[in-house]
Formats: sequence, structure tokens, C-alpha cells
Amino acid sequence: MGVLVGVVVAMLLAAAPPAAAQRPRDVIIASKPFGESYLLAEMFAQLLERRGIGVDRRLGLGATEVAFGALQRDAIDVYPEYTGTGLLAILRDSLTDAMRRDPRLTFAHVAAAFDARYGVRWLPPLGFQNGYAIAVRRETAQRFALRTLSDLTSHPGQVTGGFTADFLGRPDGAPGLARAYGLRWRDVRPLAPAVKYTALASGAVDIIDGYSTDGLLSKYDLVTLEDDLHFFPPYEAAALVSARLARDRPDAVAELTRLSGRLTERLMRDANRRVEVEQVAVGVVAGALLDTIGLGTPQRTANTTVARASFAEYLWNQRRTITALTARHLALVVMALAAAILVAVPLGLALERAPRTAERVLGALGVIQTVPSIALLAFMIPLLGIGTTPALVALWLYALFPIARSTYTGVRTADADAVAACEAMGASPVQRLWWVRMPLAMPTIFIGIRTSAVITVGAATLAAFIGAGGLGDPIVAGLALADTRMVLSGALPAAALALVVDRGLAVCEYLATPRYLRRTTR
Amino acid sequence: MSLALEARHLGHRFGTVVALDDVSFVVPAGTVAAIVGESGSGKTTVLRCFNRLVTPDTGDVRIGGAGVGSEAIDALRRRIGFVPQTGGLLPHWSVRRNVMLVPRLTHMANGDDAAREALRLVGLPDETFGDRLPRDLSGGQRQRAALARALAAQQEVVLLDEPFGALDAISRAEIHGVFETVRAARGFTALLVTHDLAEAARLADLVVVMRAGRVEQAAPFATLRDTPATPYVAALVARARDGARAMEPA
Repeated sequence: MGVLVGVVVAMLLAAAPPAAAQRPRDVIIASKPFGESYLLAEMFAQLLERRGIGVDRRLGLGATEVAFGALQRDAIDVYPEYTGTGLLAILRDSLTDAMRRDPRLTFAHVAAAFDARYGVRWLPPLGFQNGYAIAVRRETAQRFALRTLSDLTSHPGQVTGGFTADFLGRPDGAPGLARAYGLRWRDVRPLAPAVKYTALASGAVDIIDGYSTDGLLSKYDLVTLEDDLHFFPPYEAAALVSARLARDRPDAVAELTRLSGRLTERLMRDANRRVEVEQVAVGVVAGALLDTIGLGTPQRTANTTVARASFAEYLWNQRRTITALTARHLALVVMALAAAILVAVPLGLALERAPRTAERVLGALGVIQTVPSIALLAFMIPLLGIGTTPALVALWLYALFPIARSTYTGVRTADADAVAACEAMGASPVQRLWWVRMPLAMPTIFIGIRTSAVITVGAATLAAFIGAGGLGDPIVAGLALADTRMVLSGALPAAALALVVDRGLAVCEYLATPRYLRRTTR
Repeated sequence: MSLALEARHLGHRFGTVVALDDVSFVVPAGTVAAIVGESGSGKTTVLRCFNRLVTPDTGDVRIGGAGVGSEAIDALRRRIGFVPQTGGLLPHWSVRRNVMLVPRLTHMANGDDAAREALRLVGLPDETFGDRLPRDLSGGQRQRAALARALAAQQEVVLLDEPFGALDAISRAEIHGVFETVRAARGFTALLVTHDLAEAARLADLVVVMRAGRVEQAAPFATLRDTPATPYVAALVARARDGARAMEPA
């Protein structure tokens, strides 16, 4: 056991970023888990690095609640955000008609409200919007002479909509849009975000909800219809900066502000296209874009077209990263699982003496199990911030139930006659537990431990959403950037790790199980 | 060395069910008493009063003249051998380790020797059977191992709760012989619960017939047979005799 703890600590130390000595603290840059957010965050990071400011990247954090929650708690320093999201999703304010018509009013309102409510700073907008973009094929636009959304009213019931669940559900999405313009669709199909562009291009649907800087808009030569009634709120992109960074690092804030007003929708659409369609690495695209707008350094070579490596080569090139992420992943799993065993096994043993309480306690643990992982991780942020600690707590909570339940069941169902005989011959309750109940319950207890272990290996990939690292990092980033190789470079080692951990525990089980029970369990 | 067992006016209820109703009998030191009765007659409840698995609502239980409550419960149980119906051997422990249970609990100086000696007495020599797991023994061998466990620590009192009831006739006859050998060697006082009057007649000096929580008669088998105190006892004796006759060759 001591050796195990030592190994885990060593792995954590190896996987943890080196502690900053005397130099100023690194600026922690985060993003949300979609391509453009990665790209902007990477530009922030490179901009600072070129000025010699240390940077710590925590890209791909859960979603708005996670990223903003982390910023509010100073767990991160800066991430790219959009004014419309700030207004509707964070402030939960409503949009006035004046704001609809003038993005600057929205920005002014949001910036003032964030400063007053959270002490969080919006740097001046980057210069482009990434709002809803209702898109059709060029052929459709020509056939129906469509330029604006109002033009659609001349063709009621003639186009089929393909909308994401999110867009269909929110009041400022499809329902509000249809009401504002008086639109009627021939049919509406709910589509997953990943397939909506191919569905439109193939003619399965005629109109979709996209985002104005999506790279795929240009790939498929789509036409976006102008929101002439200003139904959609403005979504101006800007850097959102923590109170701490604004106070302590004026140099970093000044450097980030140099990006304000420099980007355009066309530039972003091209950059997103390079990332999402051509699968050029985010760091390369971000560097090239900085060069394009004159914030780059001259010695940087613009030659970024690298021959596409085979998947095997890709994995080989990434081996150091993958090894480090795997070690970190394993450390998270082992720590969470060890803590869960230390709590859940004694809990299961204690509950054996109080069957009434047992069902209630196990029921409560079972309820935790039903909370979606993302939601549980999001709950952790106000309490524990982001990073390793909340991830460990969440993983620990998930691991408790199977172990506690199996321990309880195992000790309750252990050979009743043997237990009774021991009692009748003067073995104390503790002796009965150690000599009879525990050994006989071992196979059942290990069912719970092995179940929890495999669940934990899987759930730990989600820890990437709160910046705890591990194999979830390439999975989340790969999904956001539509890069299958990147997803697999995290998913394959995670799957292998699940098998290895399970086999490792099988050996522990064999050693911990009495000879009498081994033949039947293997 | 042995101790007398004594039940004095025991009364006990499980909820509203009367389990024991003024039960009294004495088992003199070094003798064997059998408690005979149907399921639900209270016979096992009486047995369990002696090692305090049951504490009667009223009355006294004495061993060697001292009330069973006057001693720490685990200490009391460690000096009373116990053979449950199923044997209750720990399935994951070897036969030797099972027999060592009480010597180990009492930190007996030469527990190994005591266990070997007990195994020899019941006819399961340690060299052959010591390392086996209970599941590698026959039913009769398992009950013999359980008997060895009940006397390995030189217990002066042994309680047996229908220990031979589940065995076939041949194994049962065999283990009856073993029990008599062991008893002759050790001279303990024993209380044997059984539903089989023939078994009681063979093994016990005193037979206590119980019915619905009451003692119908407590006497040597010959007395039960010749002068049954109640029609129930008479019927029980008749049934046992028929059973025995049916077993004889025609």
C-alpha cells in the first residue's frame, strides 16, 4: 500500500506542471470546447509568449458555466467570450431593441454589468461577430431569390429546416425566429451539430442554423441570410479577463488589448476553415493569423503546410504527450479509486450492522451516480474551482456507490452458518468480520471495485472539461476541432488503460480472495 | 472434569409467541442430555440459553452452579463447545485451522497439539485431513470436524444443535460411535438437541421431551418408555419403536 501511494505521488509530481520559482506567475489562458474558442485562446497565448510572458494553457473547459465559473474564482485569467452569451447566458438579462440594432450598446451594457456584478473585465471587442447564421445552399438562394430572412416569407412551407436541439429549444432560437419573421417550414428535422452541414449540402434539409464564422460555410459555398429585423442578439467576440489579472498584470492586459478590433469575420472564417476542414494544428493557424494582422514576429516562418502524417506516425510523434497524459490520467484514477475504496469499503462494512440506514445511505449514493458527469463537474467549480481537486472529488463521488453497494451485499450474504458458528464460539464481531465476512465477501467487493475502476477511467476523460488534464484533453480538443486522429490519440490509450487497470485489479482480487473461492471466480 | 447444567423456570417470548414456558431440568456433570421435540417446541431456544445466544425473559441458566450471566460473554462461549446443524465450518479455512479456532481465540499454549489430538479423536487424522477444505470432506466427515472443533480447547461443556440430522443412516451410525468414543475420552457434559428419539435413546443419559415450550417429561429413556408421563410422550415412544422395527430385516 505504501509503495502504491509512493508511485501515485511520483506520477502526480511528474505529470504536474513545474512550479514557478521566483518569476511572475504564468497567465492562465482557457477556452471553451469548440474550434474558434481554441483558436482565439491560442492567439492570446502566443501573443503573450512573444512578449516573454509565461502562459499556462487550460483549453477546452466544459462550457460557459465552467469557464466563467473558473474565471470568477480566479482559477483562470482569460478566455474568449461573446457579448450575446454574456448577456443572455451569464447575466440572464433581456435584449432591448436598441441593443439588437447596435452591437456597441450590447457590449457597453455587458461590460458595465460584468464589472459591477463580478468585477470581471471585458477587453474591447476583437472586431468580429460569431452570431447565429441561418444558411442555405447557393442554389436554393438563387431559386427563391433569398438574401434576407424576410425574403423567406414569400415562400411559406417550401423549405425544410434542419436545426440543432439547442436552437430548437431556446426561445431566441427557432421558435422566436419563426414568430419574429412569420415563417412556416415544410418540415423541421432535429440535427446533431456535427452533421448539419453535410445534411444541408446533400439536400436532406434546405436551411440550417450555423455560426457566422464557421469554416464549413465557405467549404460548402453556402449563403447566409441577413437578419434584417435584428432578431438575433449580437455575438461580438472579446477577451474576458479576471479581476486578478486586471489588477496584477497590466502588462499582460495591455498586450491582449492589442488584438482588439484587429480581426474580421472573413479572417476568422478562413482560420476556422483551416482548423476544422484542413485540420492544420491550432497553434500553427493562430501563429499565421497573428502574422497576417501584423502582430507576429518576423523570424517566424509562414510555411505551415506539413505533409499529413499517417495515424501511426502521428501517434509516434505525440508519444511524449500521450505518455504524460496517460500517466496523469492513471494518477487521477488511482487516487480517486483509492480514496473511494478507503471510504466505501468501511462504509459498506458499517452499514452491514444497520440495514435500515443502509438502504437510505446507498440510495443517496445511487442518486449521485445519476447526476450527469458534466453537471457534477460544473457543481464542483463554485466549491473547489477548476483543476485536479474538483476532478478528484467528482471521480471519487462516482466511484463510491458500486464499491459501497458490493461491500454491503458481500458481507451480508457471507456464509451465515459460518458466521453464526464463530459467534457461538466466542469470536468477537471484529474477528467475525476479518476472519469470515470479509474474506468471503472479497469476490463481491471486487466486482464493485473493478466496476468503479472502469467507470473512473472513462469519467476521468471528462476531467478535461475542468482543466484537470489527462487523456480527456486530446479527446475534447479533437472533438472541438473535428480532428479524429486527436480524439483517437486520447480515446485509444484510455481504452487500453481501462483494460490494464481491470486486469491489474483482477490480480489484486486473486491475491485477496481465499483459495476456497478462487476456483469458482476464475 | 465436567460441570453440571441447570435450567430453572425459563420463560421466553419471541414477540407474542411463547417459546419457553417454565422450563426446568438438571444435567448432572459428565452426563449427556438430549432435548427432543418437534420444530417449534422450543428445544433449540433452550440450548441457545446456555451460551447466551438467547437471554431468557425469566429464570436462571447455570453451568457448574454459576449463572451464565456472571461472566464475560465471549469468555463463556469460548469454554463451551458448539456443533451447529450444518457444522458451521469456515468454508475458506482448512480443517486444521477450523479446529484451531477456539484454541486461537483463547491463546492456548499448545493449540496445535490440541487440534491434532481432537482430530485424531474424531477419526480424521491431521496428516490426511488437516490441510483439506471443508468442501473436500463428506457430510459425515464435516460433522466430525465440527465436533473436533467443539472440543479442541478441552471444553467441559458441549452443545450440539441437531448435528446429525442431515446425515444419511450409515454416516449417522458411524458418527454416533465417534461421539461415544469422544465422550468416553473427555467426559464432558453435553446437551444434544434432536428430533430423533432413537438417537436420544442411544446417546443420552437423560431425555427431555419438549412440546410447545413446555417440558413434558425429563427422565432416562427407559423411564419414558415404561412410564410415559403424558399421552404425547407415549405416542413419541411408540413412533420411535415403529421406526426402529421398520429398519430391522424382516
